[in-house]
Amino acid sequence: MTSNLVIVPVLWQFLIAVAQMFSWFNPRLQRKLSVSGNVIQVLIASWLLTEVYRQGILTMNAGKWPAPFGIVFVSDTFSAVLVLITSISGLAVSLFSLANIVEARMRFGYFPIMHLLFAGLNGAFLTGDIFNLYVWFEIIIISSFVLLTIGGEKPQLEGAVKYFTLNILASTIFLTAIGVLYGLAGTLNMADLALKVAAIPNKGLVEVTAILFLVGFGIKSAIFPLYFWLPASYHTPPAAIAAIFGGLLTKLGVYAMLRVFTLVFFEDPIIDTLMIILAGLTIITGSLGAMVQTNVRKIFSYLIISHIGYMVIALGIHTELAVTGAVFYMIHDIVVKTNLFMVSGLLYRVQGTHHIDRLGGFYQYYPRLSLLLAIPLFSLVGVPPLSGFWPKIDLFKAAYLEGGSFITICLAFGTVITLLVIARVWAEVFWRPAENLPERPNFRFWHLFTLAEKIQYITPIALLSAVSLIIAFRAADVHRISQKIASELMNPKNYIQTVLPDKSAEQQ
Amino acid sequence: MKSIILKKASDYLLPLLLLFSVFILLRGHYLPGGGFVGGLIASIAFVLHSFANGLNETKHLLRIHPGFLMPLGLSVSLLSGLYPMVIKKEPFMAAQWMKEPLDVIGLVGTPLFFDIGVYLVVVGVSLTIIFTLAEVA
Amino acid sequence: MEILLAIVTGLLYGAGLFMMLRRSMVKLIIGLILIGNGANILIFLLGRIAKGKPPIIPADAKVLTELYADPVPQALILTAIVISFGLQAFAIVLFKKVYQALHSDDLDTVNTIDDDL
Repeated sequence: MTSNLVIVPVLWQFLIAVAQMFSWFNPRLQRKLSVSGNVIQVLIASWLLTEVYRQGILTMNAGKWPAPFGIVFVSDTFSAVLVLITSISGLAVSLFSLANIVEARMRFGYFPIMHLLFAGLNGAFLTGDIFNLYVWFEIIIISSFVLLTIGGEKPQLEGAVKYFTLNILASTIFLTAIGVLYGLAGTLNMADLALKVAAIPNKGLVEVTAILFLVGFGIKSAIFPLYFWLPASYHTPPAAIAAIFGGLLTKLGVYAMLRVFTLVFFEDPIIDTLMIILAGLTIITGSLGAMVQTNVRKIFSYLIISHIGYMVIALGIHTELAVTGAVFYMIHDIVVKTNLFMVSGLLYRVQGTHHIDRLGGFYQYYPRLSLLLAIPLFSLVGVPPLSGFWPKIDLFKAAYLEGGSFITICLAFGTVITLLVIARVWAEVFWRPAENLPERPNFRFWHLFTLAEKIQYITPIALLSAVSLIIAFRAADVHRISQKIASELMNPKNYIQTVLPDKSAEQQ
Repeated sequence: MKSIILKKASDYLLPLLLLFSVFILLRGHYLPGGGFVGGLIASIAFVLHSFANGLNETKHLLRIHPGFLMPLGLSVSLLSGLYPMVIKKEPFMAAQWMKEPLDVIGLVGTPLFFDIGVYLVVVGVSLTIIFTLAEVA
Repeated sequence: MEILLAIVTGLLYGAGLFMMLRRSMVKLIIGLILIGNGANILIFLLGRIAKGKPPIIPADAKVLTELYADPVPQALILTAIVISFGLQAFAIVLFKKVYQALHSDDLDTVNTIDDDL
């Protein structure tokens, strides 16, 4: 089906960004535009998802150039679901920014750049052209550099150097891989690539290209030997920015892997084994890193790394069941990780520190708030019936039945350590009596906040916690959608047919 | 560094380069050129002017902050892409052309407006970058 | 021509990596630029080099069978150049700011991130 609706989520974010750039010196108007724009974005994304659900895969040939020649935008169920989840997280982040981002930062264009970032994310999820994917990646990293350095504090700049270098390197490797792939197949359309890559006689060269893609996306999504930029930078910006990064950016790398390694490249035992080993080590090193850290945000950063491993390892198993688990886990993970970084912002606001040795007594003073914060924390661990539990059923089932003992052990190890880490955070931050909280004379503590600011802090956390709970209590529905996505990913015939109606008819 | 030769030359070169940049912009649909190159040439004109006369003179000459050209150019480009989508119910960015070519300018269509948007964005971005660098240094 | 470009690509990648692995921040930027240029030349090379053969189909044919100058790699390179232009400008400003904050060009000093409180 051809429909212009596919491009609307991208354009809408661009329009918000442009409108905000026109009101550059009016942060008050920018805030209103951001929140109302993101509310509409959620509606657009839901509309897109229902249309995709009803009519099947939607495509749009930009500029009316027919498919393998022009850039095509495709929305299958996977893209539509991710756009929806991104929009919901985006809404929460823009609400959280209202109070979390100080006005001085807004004057440097925080909101327009954030919306450009969302436009880039939606574009990357919706494009069906591999070079266009690269362009969206670049839009995302340029905006993320600016967001990361906005304010220009010393730790931010130092984190940015590492983030910048590694991400540029990843893009260059990605670009190299695209170049080699174009040289091999002579096309950039992903559906067309799927047909042409299969026909390339030189399998060794295809394998090398696949490994280049794996390295490029691996740096972006922070898998094992390539993740060191992440814990060095994610704890430096304000909580709202860290929430966008932690929730969405690494998952984009995983999305790209899921897309490219199911659609373009065929199942290859070497790549799969490589993925399983790297992802297993990612889980282990990530969770060990989380064990030894004392800064709450660094703990969460290492947990991001560890949980990226779950999704990549499932892709390495390369069966429908495993991919179902990976997709379900991704849906859950985007919501929870975004929420966690906002929680860390709230903790910092209440007690003036990120250090778990110094935090404490949260439960004593704010029992109801603690209950709210328990939802994202324990969703992450996967305590039944919260949302992290359900995707893990699929993951473990796939690992046990189709994977092997190494995968099962890695998953179990990661889960147990996550439980330990969160239990430690819970015990230190919430249960332990408050002893040596820092004295900060010029710091605006939580109890100095107005009611409006408190609401601006709590609403987004409550919103995402509610989404987590919905995912948990409607797990059967989410699971059914994930299954549909997995079967679409593993059998891309329908995707190819929709994008290239003439070509696939020729082949039959 | 104030050089009288450069200063005098830049007075003549600025309008000439701007005119050349518009020429490059307009010939860009079928021949080498286009919004990006044209925009770079236009910003070079202003950069040259600022070398010769100092940054403040150039800013005075521009009147508006170059950063303002970015949203302006983006909206021109976006609207040229949205026009076929909203009015004609065709895909995003599908080219719409006028029937008859105009004098001097040639055939006018949405790609031209897209290129004008690119031109403005490029001028805005590169001048913002260069002015910022000049102020930081 | 192909062999020459292949060697140039390899040299650019190698030199870029070497520069990136040194301790100076300025050399890091130079390394990134070199690798980016290497990638561009690689795309150019892999798009098959053909001189003076425009991709124009004769009126009576349906497919172009001969070797032709492929315009796609050039479009890709142009896009990549535009993107790297923006990134490099950003990098220079960023590293300048870092230099102002640390008073050092040495990458080993970019390591003072400590949990403030």
